[in-house]
Amino acid sequence: MSAQPASPARRPGLALWLPLVLFGGFLALVVYGLVRPDNREVASTFIGKPIPAFALPPASADRPGLSSAQFVGGKPRLLNIFASWCGPCAVESPQLAQLAKAGAEIDGVAIRDRKDDLARFLAANGNPFARIGQDDLSKVQIGIGSSGVPETFVVDAHGVIRHQHIGAIMPEDVPVILAKLKEAEQ
Amino acid sequence: MKRARFISAATLALLLPLAPLAAQDSLPPAPYAYRQLPDPAQEAKAQALMETLRCLKCQSQSIADSDASMAGDMRNEVRTRIAAGEDPEAIRQWLIDRYGDYVSYTPQVKPLTWPLFAAPGVFLGFAALLLRGRFRRGKRANAALRKDKP
Repeated sequence: MSAQPASPARRPGLALWLPLVLFGGFLALVVYGLVRPDNREVASTFIGKPIPAFALPPASADRPGLSSAQFVGGKPRLLNIFASWCGPCAVESPQLAQLAKAGAEIDGVAIRDRKDDLARFLAANGNPFARIGQDDLSKVQIGIGSSGVPETFVVDAHGVIRHQHIGAIMPEDVPVILAKLKEAEQ
Repeated sequence: MKRARFISAATLALLLPLAPLAAQDSLPPAPYAYRQLPDPAQEAKAQALMETLRCLKCQSQSIADSDASMAGDMRNEVRTRIAAGEDPEAIRQWLIDRYGDYVSYTPQVKPLTWPLFAAPGVFLGFAALLLRGRFRRGKRANAALRKDKP
């Protein structure tokens, strides 16, 4: 390397700083990843698409089952994915009752549930549902891109999914969901 | 694997009296959650696909690895679709349509991801260019040295 008498000694210039700049950029990326709040929610990418065809048997004795055809016509509805074995589902039940009282029509899909467990759950937490379908294979859940319980979808009168709420509906979420229902009327 | 199954079955049996407290369903697993397809070729296809699909409950596991009931239902979905003759990549796309790219561990070539696939080629080309320059300079220097010798 020392045998370069012909070429004049080249100044390293900016190239010398390049690795440091790259390293700094990498470091900034790592810090950003560490500081950014943790988010494990997987949002459905099926919003704006028509609900897939399904027909579920009734999950409770006093409510009919649920099929995709029932979402077409009428007015926008809420589709609540829930289960009696899910803790947060009990937490959101007062809010579901509040939504039902405000005029929202709510259909439920009970995920991997037993009839007697569900009856006990509804007796304890109230039953705001117009229909409840029994989904033992999470078919509807997977079909609309829902990744857990509870989740609530706004479905418009054409059967198109318009909005997804992930997790339990808290009191502050009620006006948001009512607004989304209103929005889905257009 | 078998041993692990046995142990988890044993812990499950221990936990059973507590079952109503745990946030987990008590339904038996889906038909094809833990059962292989009768056709080994189809099962191999299903297994290969399931290993590259993310469990949405335990997000660092594949649905082939996870014992979450939702992963079991997803395996059932994959196996029944494979048994019906569906193409594995079509099933992957079906899931990506619902959950986004996150559900697949295998990166897809897309407008956003093509640099990932192009980068190795670019780097190799850059390295070749750099090396060519070095070799040429080296050759010239050698020639100059030889000329300098008396």
